[in-house]
Amino acid sequence: MMKPRIILDSKHFEITVTRLCYQLIEVHNDFSNTVIVGLQPRGIYLAKRIQKKLTEILNKKDIKCGSLDTTFYRDDFRKKELVPSITEIDFIIEDKNVIMVDDVLYTGRTIRAGLDAMLAFGRPNDVELLVLIDRRLSRHLPIQAKYIGKTIDSIASEKVKVEWQETDGADKVTLFSTAKD
Amino acid sequence: MTKLSTKHLLGIKDLTTEDIQLILSTADSFKEVINRPIKKVPSLRDITIANLFFENSTRTKLSFELAEKRLSADVVNFASSSSSVKKGETLIDTVNNILAMKVDMVVMRHPNPGAAVFLSKHIDAKIINAGDGAHEHPTQALLDAFSIKERLGEIKGKKVVIVGDILHSRVALSNIFCLQKLGAEVMVCGPTTLMPKYIGSLGVKVEYNLRKALEWCDVANMLRIQLERQEIKYFPSLREYTMLFGLNKELLDSLSKKIVIMHPGPINRGVEITSDVADSDQSIILEQVENGVAVRMAVLFLLAGRA
Repeated sequence: MMKPRIILDSKHFEITVTRLCYQLIEVHNDFSNTVIVGLQPRGIYLAKRIQKKLTEILNKKDIKCGSLDTTFYRDDFRKKELVPSITEIDFIIEDKNVIMVDDVLYTGRTIRAGLDAMLAFGRPNDVELLVLIDRRLSRHLPIQAKYIGKTIDSIASEKVKVEWQETDGADKVTLFSTAKD
Repeated sequence: MTKLSTKHLLGIKDLTTEDIQLILSTADSFKEVINRPIKKVPSLRDITIANLFFENSTRTKLSFELAEKRLSADVVNFASSSSSVKKGETLIDTVNNILAMKVDMVVMRHPNPGAAVFLSKHIDAKIINAGDGAHEHPTQALLDAFSIKERLGEIKGKKVVIVGDILHSRVALSNIFCLQKLGAEVMVCGPTTLMPKYIGSLGVKVEYNLRKALEWCDVANMLRIQLERQEIKYFPSLREYTMLFGLNKELLDSLSKKIVIMHPGPINRGVEITSDVADSDQSIILEQVENGVAVRMAVLFLLAGRA
């Protein structure tokens, strides 16, 4: 079996998140009409991290960040075992610029479900997608991210694992193979 | 645990504790959904559900229908009073005809105990028991458990008394199974004539004095006297029943602690419970109704997710 390959170690992880924040500021200025929505279950860590970093950089405390669960909107819930998580959006999305955040962009199906799920909270003015890892060769739907931490080429038998300080003890992204050889 | 251990919901007896916990935690998510401005999710948009009600119902029927519609399922309704059952068609024939119209799930209420189990053995669709005679009413027990958990934080170790017509009550039986699986202590209280003779085998406490039962419990579930199921007189008069087993404000206020009051509906105000108790802040009767939709959405969602 192939040895897991580190894509981002904790130092680069921090640099990447900071760079993503500055890219966001370039477009969204002071975030007065922009909100962040993290997709459950793993996108919320990145969303919270970005919110925290933006708060530091902009010295602004009221940057809004919610979490959105897509389970009930998925097209594959009968094929997979899915457990719903909490949706917590305590602001109105109507006419806002939304930055949708997830950890890994793979087939694009989660994002598709996320776009559907978000409509229950209003009609946004504009939606952009931010991901930490873009597995660019594996899309099933015409969905692309605007802000990308790192693009990788990977095949279906490989898995990307994103670990977080909050839950796993360290920030790290690894690629490993699930194929038996 | 992300999947139910069963293909149908026939009774609480067949569910494992993990199944019940999975349903309750999924219902938490749906409760958030039904409190959104847009209460509908598309999960079951490719599923058709038949609601077969061979017995009258307001709450359960509306609640199931609403749950199905909020999950975007296609719904067909059937009430035996306006159907060919009256012309002598058998249950299996009726249901097979409905299934020939490509129905994926059947929600059924029937006056005969075991009707849902019978159906599950003969037809190829997922069956949800919405009450079968005096046997089980699983979704009611699940929503009761959900409501207790919501009010008291947890169910394990709590003391629940079920008061009234235990003999004819499917709510009582399903509640006993459900609460015991979740680690609560259960007591039943009612006239001796309305106590089933096998009650000892269920592992519940039995009490014939309402005050003693209420002093013991954290939660009191007050049942309706099911006159429609009583072919003979089980007690001299409703008035005597009310005097001995009816819950009024005076009795409630004289207890040493504040207990939670539940009722599965429909309420006979002034019989098993007085209006001021039913409408008091200790009562969670309307919360039960709201939670009913969320719990039924969870059951439908989880069963539909099973291949």
